[in-house]
Amino acid sequence: MSAEIQLDDVCCDFGSFRAVDHVSVTVKAGEFFSFLGPSGCGKTTILRMISGFTDPSSGVIRIGGKDVRGLRPNQRPTALIFQNLALFPLMPVWENIAFGLEVRGIDKAKRRARADELLKLVDLPGAGDKMVAQLSGGQKQRVAIARALAVEPQVMLLDEPLSALDLKLRQNMRAELRAIQKRTGVTFIFITHDQGEALAMSDRVGVMSQGRLQQVADPRDIYNNPANGFVAGFVGENNTFTGSIGAAADGYASFATPHGTFRARLGQGAKTGTSKLYVRPEHTNLAPSAAAENSVPVTVGDVSFEGAFIAVSGTSDAGAHLTAEIRNDGSATVPAPGSRLFMTFDPARAAILPDHDKAQGA
Amino acid sequence: MSDLLRRYGATLTGAFVLLTGFWLLALVILPNVSLFEQSFRPYLPFTEIGGPRDTYSFKNYGTFAFNPIETTFFGFDVTMPIHIKAFLDTILYSALVTLFCLMLAYPLAYYLAKVASPQSLPTLLLLLFIPLWVSEALRAFAWYVILTFNGPLNALLTGIGLIDRGIRWQQGVLTNYDAIVVVLVYCYVLFMLLPIYTAIQSLDRNQIEAAEDLGSPWWRTHLRVVIPHSKPGIASGCVMVFMLSAGSLLVPTVVGSTSALWFPQSIYTWFNDAQDWQTGAAFSMIFLLLCIVFVILMMRLFRVKLSDIAK
Repeated sequence: MSAEIQLDDVCCDFGSFRAVDHVSVTVKAGEFFSFLGPSGCGKTTILRMISGFTDPSSGVIRIGGKDVRGLRPNQRPTALIFQNLALFPLMPVWENIAFGLEVRGIDKAKRRARADELLKLVDLPGAGDKMVAQLSGGQKQRVAIARALAVEPQVMLLDEPLSALDLKLRQNMRAELRAIQKRTGVTFIFITHDQGEALAMSDRVGVMSQGRLQQVADPRDIYNNPANGFVAGFVGENNTFTGSIGAAADGYASFATPHGTFRARLGQGAKTGTSKLYVRPEHTNLAPSAAAENSVPVTVGDVSFEGAFIAVSGTSDAGAHLTAEIRNDGSATVPAPGSRLFMTFDPARAAILPDHDKAQGA
Repeated sequence: MSDLLRRYGATLTGAFVLLTGFWLLALVILPNVSLFEQSFRPYLPFTEIGGPRDTYSFKNYGTFAFNPIETTFFGFDVTMPIHIKAFLDTILYSALVTLFCLMLAYPLAYYLAKVASPQSLPTLLLLLFIPLWVSEALRAFAWYVILTFNGPLNALLTGIGLIDRGIRWQQGVLTNYDAIVVVLVYCYVLFMLLPIYTAIQSLDRNQIEAAEDLGSPWWRTHLRVVIPHSKPGIASGCVMVFMLSAGSLLVPTVVGSTSALWFPQSIYTWFNDAQDWQTGAAFSMIFLLLCIVFVILMMRLFRVKLSDIAK
């Protein structure tokens, strides 16, 4: 069982501070949806509104089509996994997992059996009688997931649950969470500030900033076609040019900058003054001579070896710092620091985008 | 110890150790040892102290079980020694005081620790503490005035028409000990509140929210999450209130009815009125021992460890 979540023009104010600003989004039933954004962007507030711990100041939240305004957290078909997990330290693992069943008046033998079943599901068989303090970080994580699954929620809400784990474990848990979500078919709403996490796990991602939803799209679109400068800047690296928009045709426009005039895709809502040109470093190429269009003469500065790729940074004659990433497959020669080169990019891989979407008057 | 030395130097560390040692030895251990020793000696005229009749015996302890009177205990008519009756009443009503304090303090502590806004907390705590600025004697006398026959409580109740004529509160309505219980609860409720407040405050709010999120109604969240977490605070609050109540002399003397006898009052009578320090010492020892036994039994019953209370 899984349910669709609808946020309809939801706002949330704390005093004079607007934490969530006119957010409308529909998370489909059975979807793995991530809210991605820097800390303080309002994503946790959204989660707390869905779970019922915070009331929206205006707007409607529907779970499975039903308006949940006024319902307490214990009356909603949601289960929240807290950032610090909030396992009960005074209960053994199995009682933690079975707590939601105990609340529902299910007898002890059945509770125990169900807890053991769930422990198997999260790959921790036989840990039922341990105390929470005896578990490692990753094991606690699994217990928290099992405890939330035990109440058979229609929606699972996860508040940065991987942030306390070390890198290796975090990557394992990503795959695990994804697998559990596919196995159970429950709608997952995942909160994170880690773009890698959001892109790797989600069916769709909603990028947030300053309480506003900047873009909702699948991970590829978020990365390849960011809606605005904030999304482009928050998800991945960019070479950025400031300038003014010139003649436009077929979705492309010319863009005049102190480093030359370029041609790039024209993003929706882009206007001179509030727009910049964005190119990913991995879409920036190095060439010994100028190309027909979109090339900037640079002096190579730092060359850093990153393993899978080599990052070459250069400074244009007008003083812009640019980065190109070349793949470490031996196909390209690594330039020497101080040499003169051209950085070029394909107009289809560059975009002129408006700055980020802020509230009117803010 | 070496940490203390490093931090405060030899002089200050020496002063700390000496002062603590003096306090323990001169103000706690020696008086109790001397009381213990006295309790086995007979009550003799001054000239005979140290004489041939001054020998150790259990005679003083025997006094505890003398003087049977006909009385009622828990609704049963029984004949039992008057001191044992006073002892049992003291334990029973102190336990009641402890229970009432717990029932009052737990919700209040929870409110202060988890519900009240941080801005209003200092004001609320101040309001709770202002009564503590007044001495216990004055508070007891204030209650004496409130409960007296021509006092404000009767005036208020007859004034609003709740009762026709005044009630002799100090004689007690339900038992002879009503007034004592009420005033002891008032005097000692803060000793219950503070340890519980501290314990609940240290509970992660997410634990409460997690329980609620899993569907738990408020009472089950308290039963399974908040109370187990705050058990050390509850236990130390209970022990403190129980021992303070059972050992209170002032409150029963000021507000107690003529037919209520609190055990410390009997001890006081032996020491002060009878000038029989030996029997008084024996009664003190019995009382101390039995109170400790009672507390240990209660701790066993509620599965509280000593280390919980010491936290």
